[in-house]
Amino acid sequence: MRPLFTLFLILPIICLAQYNNGSVYGDFNLNLQTYNEDESIGAIAADEIILNNAYLNLFYTKGKFTIGVRYESYLNALKDFDPRYNGNNIAHRFATYNNDGLEITAGSFYEQFGSGLILRSYEEKTLGIDNAIDGIKLHYSPIAGLYIKTLIGKERTFFEYSDGIIRGFDGEININEIFNLKTKLKTIIGSSIVSRFQNATNPNFNIPENVAAYAGRVNIISGGWNLYSEYAYKINDPIGSLTENNYASGNALSSNLTYSQKGLGVSLSAHRIDNMVFRADRDAVGKDLLLNYIPSISKQHTYSLVSLYPYATQPNGESGFQIDLFYKLKKGDWVGGKYGTKIDINFSRINALNGGPSFLTDNVDHKPIFFSLKGEELYFKDLNIEISRKINKKIKLVTVLAKQSYNKDVVQQQTGYGIIETNITAIDLTYKIKRGHTIRIELQHLSTEQDDGDWSMGLAEYTISPNWFFTIQDMYNIGNDNEDRRLHYLNLTAGFIKGSNRFEIGYGKKREGIFCVGGVCKTVPSSNGITLNISSSF
Amino acid sequence: MIKKICLLLTIFFSTNIILSQEKRSLPNVTVTTLEGKIFNIAELNNNKKPMVISFWATWCKPCKQELNNIAEVYEEWQNETGIKLIAVSIDDTRSMAKVAPYVNSSDWEYEVYLDPNKNLCRSLGVSTVPHTFLINSKKEIVWQHRGYVEGDEEELYDEILKLVP
Repeated sequence: MRPLFTLFLILPIICLAQYNNGSVYGDFNLNLQTYNEDESIGAIAADEIILNNAYLNLFYTKGKFTIGVRYESYLNALKDFDPRYNGNNIAHRFATYNNDGLEITAGSFYEQFGSGLILRSYEEKTLGIDNAIDGIKLHYSPIAGLYIKTLIGKERTFFEYSDGIIRGFDGEININEIFNLKTKLKTIIGSSIVSRFQNATNPNFNIPENVAAYAGRVNIISGGWNLYSEYAYKINDPIGSLTENNYASGNALSSNLTYSQKGLGVSLSAHRIDNMVFRADRDAVGKDLLLNYIPSISKQHTYSLVSLYPYATQPNGESGFQIDLFYKLKKGDWVGGKYGTKIDINFSRINALNGGPSFLTDNVDHKPIFFSLKGEELYFKDLNIEISRKINKKIKLVTVLAKQSYNKDVVQQQTGYGIIETNITAIDLTYKIKRGHTIRIELQHLSTEQDDGDWSMGLAEYTISPNWFFTIQDMYNIGNDNEDRRLHYLNLTAGFIKGSNRFEIGYGKKREGIFCVGGVCKTVPSSNGITLNISSSF
Repeated sequence: MIKKICLLLTIFFSTNIILSQEKRSLPNVTVTTLEGKIFNIAELNNNKKPMVISFWATWCKPCKQELNNIAEVYEEWQNETGIKLIAVSIDDTRSMAKVAPYVNSSDWEYEVYLDPNKNLCRSLGVSTVPHTFLINSKKEIVWQHRGYVEGDEEELYDEILKLVP
């Protein structure tokens, strides 16, 4: 197959290169790490000594035509990535043509319908997620305000494709654009359907071969107000077991209401998820071959101890809400200071569904309260405030206070830990020494009676704009009940950036834990070694 | 044998293209406005004056630091160079709704777009945020920078000044 792939890549380039000169561009990324044995933190050495993930994206575009390939190499994959990645291949290749509102893509592509409740194909390299679809995709906009997307293909998992075939359609109407309405009130509606076909050979049960999911959405905007709401429904999708199957359907409702004006922003969101795991293969498990995306309804924190216990959505069933307030105090008076002060307050709370998820009750006489907050098992709660203030031309100060409750048993699927109650403080001070030279200090502390007890963290960073940065960081499990486990995780990092090239080298210990991006998380093993990262775009 | 021929041909023609290529223009990729409208990024316009495209997210600390620092000098930059800054948020569904409240509460005067499934990101080779591009009067990418540390905006401004007669 390889020569065919290469031909697929070069033939159009050859044809085009004969006549004109379009542009070639892309990006490269390399992550390399050594793994030393370190009994104190439970780090295991790698047989290969060095592990490495790398990719190169190469695109060619001329006018309405684009082709691209991605070469991926995992020799062997870093320890926090699934070993099924081991190997190298041209894992992604496509051609796109765009003409008079019609865009045709053949090959690998990413797509999202609405907010992704029934379909989101995307990549998140740092988490090892790439569920690209390999097939054909059409986007068509016959008139301004009407947008149609259709696709058919198979979903990627590591270097392979799903057994199931995915078909999808999405339509969106921007009412103001289509009827040329100049009103203050703007309305956009949309609807989508995704269906999966997969052979069923189960001798004991009648397993549906075609499984569909539908979604409808509305977005109403007026002045500073914005309301977005989407509802999704998945028909029954039994897992194809030989002994037991569940024929419950699934549904999800997700809504946001925001208001903003100069200096003030408010956001309120809520969702209810019931049995909404939707995959390109009914037999897949874990995070494999997921077709949809349900982000967690909690804040994505940037400071490490505030995100020590990150929440991940429970797609089998949960309900939750979140409120954000962004406020900028006016500069000039003593409260706002000379340069103004910003305050962000966030509160989120997520709990179990009333009566449990419908797949446990199999839809028989199951009449739960639709949105119940009281008396249900708590999954996660987070109240946090962040105050940022520029004190003078040289000094900036950020303070974060947070109080979190984290149900370790549910989020990490373990038993006996219960709910971890934490109080966290973080202080971040930036001091500008002279033009281009800046020093930044972070001090953080997390206190808890449960799990591993208290953590402290300190960081010092020296940056020389626009090329250099040096960081030293230590995380210390200061309050572990077991004195032998009061460990330090020291890390040193140095980096050089010039234009679109970036080099970073680090040495130190990584803590075993959960690493999340956009509400999707992975477990990272502890490790001790040297890391090297090179990224470049051209 | 076929493999080798293919490889040689690829190298030959790729070199050919790279040596003869033009500066990269803005791609034909759609993003969404804060009012939910679909917008083709190739249609960005600043009356033949330079533009800055900065990729950011509400959860990215250095990104917000960069855009807040530029916000303090933006009026001055605009008066002197006519520059326009386009802030493209890569927040996905998890935090996309917070973009408008954050932007308005921060008093940013930038043009803001949403790229929740990273279509524009991918077509510009953006793998991490912040990532900043400078676009000249012909809408070609002339300079780019990864990451942000305090003071980087001064280098960006020096680059903008090079484009202004």
